[in-house]
Amino acid sequence: MTLRTSKQVGEWINRNKKISFKFEGEQFTAFEGDTISSALWAADQKVLGRSFKYHRPRGVLSLANHDVNVLMTDGIDTNIRADVVEVKDGMVLTAVNTTGGVKKDKSSYIDSISPLLPVGFYYKAFHTPRRFFPFWEKVIRNAAGLGIVNFDYPRILKRKQHSHCDVLVIGAGPTGLTAAYEAAQAGLEVTLVDENRQVGGSLTYDRGGETAASKQLNDLLIKVANQSNIKMLTGTYAAGYYPDHLIPVVSEGGINKVRAKTVIVASGAFEQPPVFRYNDLPGVMLGSAAQRLIYRYGVKPFNNGIVVTANDYGYRVALDLLEAGTKVVAVVDLRKGTNTCGAAITLAKRGIKIYAGYCVYEALASSDKSSVRGAVLCEYDNIANVALTKNKLTLECDGIAMSAGWAPAGALLYQAGTGMQFDNSVQQFVPSRLPAGIFAAGKVNGIFDLEQRLQDGKRAANEALRYLGLEAPQITVARPVGQPSDLSCPSHPYPMVPHDKGKNFVDFDEDIQIKDFVNAAKEGFDNIELMKRFTTVGMGPSQGKHSNMNAIRILARIRDLPVEKIGTTTSRPFFHPTPIGHLGGRGFHAHRLTSLHDWHQANGAVFTDIGAWKRAAYYPTNGQTKEQAIQTEAMAVRTAAGIIDGSSFGKIEVHGPDAAEFLERFFTGSYKTQKVGRCRYVMLLDDSGVIADDGIASRLADDLFYLSIGTSNAAAVYREMQRSQQMWQLDIGLVNVTGAFGAINIAGPVARTILSALTDLDLSYESFPISSVRESHVAGVEARLIRVAFVSDVGYELHIPMAHVPHVWNALLEAGKQHGLRPFGSDTQRLLRLEMGHPMPGVDTDGLTNPFEIGADWAIEMNKPYFIGQRSLQILAKRPLRKQLVPFVLAENFKGEMPMDCNLVVDGRAILGRVTSIAYSKFINRCIGFAYVSPAKTAVGSTFEIRTDSGTLVKATVAAAPFIQNQKGA
Amino acid sequence: MKLLTCPMNGTRPLSEFIFGGEYREGPDQNTCTDAEWAAFVHNRSGAPGDKKEWWYHSPSGTWFIAERNTLTDKVSRTYLLGANNNNSNTAQEASK
Repeated sequence: MTLRTSKQVGEWINRNKKISFKFEGEQFTAFEGDTISSALWAADQKVLGRSFKYHRPRGVLSLANHDVNVLMTDGIDTNIRADVVEVKDGMVLTAVNTTGGVKKDKSSYIDSISPLLPVGFYYKAFHTPRRFFPFWEKVIRNAAGLGIVNFDYPRILKRKQHSHCDVLVIGAGPTGLTAAYEAAQAGLEVTLVDENRQVGGSLTYDRGGETAASKQLNDLLIKVANQSNIKMLTGTYAAGYYPDHLIPVVSEGGINKVRAKTVIVASGAFEQPPVFRYNDLPGVMLGSAAQRLIYRYGVKPFNNGIVVTANDYGYRVALDLLEAGTKVVAVVDLRKGTNTCGAAITLAKRGIKIYAGYCVYEALASSDKSSVRGAVLCEYDNIANVALTKNKLTLECDGIAMSAGWAPAGALLYQAGTGMQFDNSVQQFVPSRLPAGIFAAGKVNGIFDLEQRLQDGKRAANEALRYLGLEAPQITVARPVGQPSDLSCPSHPYPMVPHDKGKNFVDFDEDIQIKDFVNAAKEGFDNIELMKRFTTVGMGPSQGKHSNMNAIRILARIRDLPVEKIGTTTSRPFFHPTPIGHLGGRGFHAHRLTSLHDWHQANGAVFTDIGAWKRAAYYPTNGQTKEQAIQTEAMAVRTAAGIIDGSSFGKIEVHGPDAAEFLERFFTGSYKTQKVGRCRYVMLLDDSGVIADDGIASRLADDLFYLSIGTSNAAAVYREMQRSQQMWQLDIGLVNVTGAFGAINIAGPVARTILSALTDLDLSYESFPISSVRESHVAGVEARLIRVAFVSDVGYELHIPMAHVPHVWNALLEAGKQHGLRPFGSDTQRLLRLEMGHPMPGVDTDGLTNPFEIGADWAIEMNKPYFIGQRSLQILAKRPLRKQLVPFVLAENFKGEMPMDCNLVVDGRAILGRVTSIAYSKFINRCIGFAYVSPAKTAVGSTFEIRTDSGTLVKATVAAAPFIQNQKGA
Repeated sequence: MKLLTCPMNGTRPLSEFIFGGEYREGPDQNTCTDAEWAAFVHNRSGAPGDKKEWWYHSPSGTWFIAERNTLTDKVSRTYLLGANNNNSNTAQEASK
C-alpha cells in the first residue's frame, strides 16, 4: 500500500526517477528527492526508529531537524537524520539504538519497567554497595548512547572556507527572501543561507489547502534570482554567532566562516508538540510535519486523521490534509469559542466536525503499540489545563496532526547577546534589545501573519541599510496585542494534558514526561538550568528545539511564576551537531627550521622544540643513550673542539645615533662607553626588577649594535624593544635579523686552530680577545665573528647569512676532521655552560628572581638615569636577600639517588631553596649544579642538604664557578 | 573571531594581534615613594569598564593603544602612542 498523493505543485521529488534502497533488511523504492523518512512513510512504513531510553517505536514528528525520532546508520555515519537526508540509490540503512531490529526491538521491555526508572535514578541507585558499581557501570554504558561508532571510519578532511558579505540573511523563508531582495536592491552583497535543500520556508508547506502560497513563493524566487548580488546557500545552516558578525555556515562540504557587516536573522520558529498521553506514537506528528510530507514529497500523512490544535494553524493543516486525500475525522481545539478564521469557516462548510474546548486525552495504540488506532477526547479546562474526564469520547483514526504553538529559532540571537523578553500577546520570547548590526524578522521576531512577515523582512532590510549608512525609509511592523486566550494567538500558553498513567512526552529525544519535571522540582532542581541537567531535557541531539519551550512552561507552572521569570537555558554554538571532521580540518603547527636541519636529520640528531624552533639536542651514535651521547659530545669540546648550530638564536640589530642610548634604557648595563669591536653582556628586567632575558651586544659601529639573545624568548624581547621604542621615540631603527643570519659556535681547545685554516683574520688572543667582535670572511663567506666564553673559554660564534651556513658548517667539519672536531647539540650545550658556571635565565631563574639573587650585581649600572626595572632594584637593594643562587658539587664518586631539577634544598623542615640545574660532568667526574640557598650558606665550602624525590637527603657543597680550569691566556 | 583595527594596517582578525596589557602612566620614578612605585608595578584595577590597552599587530610589528570597554568588549578607538600620532581609528569607521 502506498500513501503517495498525486503530483503537488512545487514538490521536491522527481517522479520520473525511481531509486531503491534497503532499510532494516527490506527493499524500498523512492523517488529522487525523497528523504529517507518520506520514502519509508510513503511505503506505509511507520516505525522508523526507537526512542533513546524506553525503546518506544517512533515515526515522523517534525520531518525537520527538530527531533531525532529517526536516526539511522549506514555502518559508517552513526547519526543520519532520515527526516532530512536525501535518500540515495543503493543505501543500506538500519535504525540506531535497537536490539534486533526496529520492528521487534528486544529492548522495548524497558518501556514496561519505566516506572522503576525515574529521571536521575542512576545518579542515586548504583553507587552503593561500591563493589557492584563496575557491573552497573557496564550495564548503563551499554544502554546509553545512540548507535555504534565504527572505529574504522574514513578520515575525511574538509577545508575551511572564508567569505565576506555586506548582509548575511539567515533563513530563506518569505521573510528572509524579502529581506535579501530588499538589501540586494540597494546594491549590497547579500548571502542567504537556509538549512533546507530548497528555499521557501513555510511557503513550501503551509498552504491551507490553496495554491496561493506556491505562487507567492514563485514570484519571490524570480525576484531573488534576478539579483546577481545575492549568494544563495541551501543545505547550509548558520551554526553559531561569534564576535563582530563572524558566522560559521556549515554544509556537507564543510565550514564556511562568513564575516558579515550586518546580519538579519529570519530563522523562523519550531513547532512545539502539545503534550498528551501517547503523543509519541508513530502517526502522531506535528501539523507542519504533515504539511511537509504532503507538499514537499507528495506523501499522505495518514488516511483517517484527527487534528488537535490550539491555534489557527491547525485549521490550515486540516485543509492541507483534505487536499492530500486524508479523511479528517475531527478538528480538536483546546480553545473554547467559535473560530471565525477563513480556514475554520471553510472546514465547517466542508462538514468537518470541530470540537472546540476539547483536548486529546490520550492517543490509543494499536495492539502492537506501533501505530494509532484512535484518540480519546475530553473537554479541556483551559484555566487549570486539565482534561475533564467525566465524558470521554473515542474516535477512530490512524493519525493525529498537532498544532499548538511555536518557539523562536533564536539560538544565534541569544549567542549574539540579544535581550529576549516574553511577549504575552504572542506567547513567545521575542527580541527586546538587539546588539548593533543584528536584526530579527519574521516568526523569530514574533510576527506570524504572512503579509506582515513580508513587511517585517523589508523593515529589517531597511534597518540594516541604515546601519550601513545608506538611506532607507523607516517601516513599523507591530506584533499583535491581546490576551493569550485570543483566538489569533499563535501559541497556546500551556498545551499540556496531564494523565495519571503518564507517557505524555515533552522531550522526545530523551523520553521525558511531565511527571519527570515534577519529580525534578521536588528534588530541588527547580531552576531551569538545574532542571535541564537533572532531567536532561534539551540535552539530546535536537538540543531542545521541540522541548525547551514546553519545559519552561511546565517549570513556570510548578513554581507558580510567569514564564518570563523562568527564562531560558543558555544557547551555545553549535546550533546543530557538526561533524568533528568539519571542525578539525588540517593540523597546522608552524616550526622554524635552520638551514642545517637536513644535515642534522641525516646525522641522526634527536630534535627538541625550543620556542618555535626545532633544534638538534644531541647526536647519539651506535645505540648510545641520551646521557652517553651528551657526555661524549661534551668531552669532545673539552679535549678537542665541537660545533653547534646556533642559528635559532635571536639576532637583532639596533641602528642609529641613539642606539647606545636605547640599549642603556632597555638593558641594565652601560653601552655608551662600549668600544666598536667589543661585546658586552645585556640583561633585560621587567618593571618589577625580575630577570626577563640576557644576551650579548656587539658594537659593530658607533651607530650599530648587533644583539644575540637566547632562542626561546627572542621574539618576545624584540616585541618589547619595539614597544619601548614606540614610547621613547629615539632616533634608531630596529631590525630583527633572526631568520637572516645563521650562527655556528665552534668551541674547545683546538677551535682556534681549526678556524684559522678558514679565515685570514688574526685569531691570536691578543688581537682578538674574549668579548670582542670582528667582521671578516670564513670559508669565503662574510661573517661576524664573536668571541664568547659561554660553553668554553675558547669559542667563536660565526654569524653568517642563513643560506651559507651549511657551506661554512661543512668546511669547518672538513678542516676539523684531523683535530677531532664533532657536532654537539643543545642538550650538551646545557651541560657545557653549567661546567662554565653560567646561569641561564628561565632555567636558573624564575618569574620572581631578581639580579641580586643570582649575583649579577656586576651587570647592573645603577648610576644611569633610567633603565627598565631600575626603580624596583633601588627598592630591592635596600632589603636583605631571601635566597641566592650558588654553584655546588656533590660528594666525589657520589653513588646515591641523583637529585633532580626542582628538588628542594632543606634544613630540617625548613625549605631554603631549590636545585635549578644539576648534571654529572664526565670531564670533571663530579655531579655539579646550581641551587638557591639561604644567604647564610653561600660561602664556598659550606654545605646544605637536598631532598630527593624519594625523600633521602643528599649533601651538597658550595663550590666556586667556573667548575673547570680555563686555559692560560685564552 | 573578533576584529581589531590597527592604526597602520586597518581592520584585521584578532589572531593577528597580541595583547600587551593595560596601558598605564607610571609615577615619576625619581620623585615617587617606594610604596607608590610598588603600587604601580604590582596593583591592577580589575573593575570592568573603559580601559586603555596595549595591542601588538604581529605581522607588521605595530604597537598601538586600543580603548576598550572590558564589560561589553567594544573597542571604541585605536591609535599610535605619541603626540604626533593623530591617525586614530574609531571602531565605527572600521566597521564600514
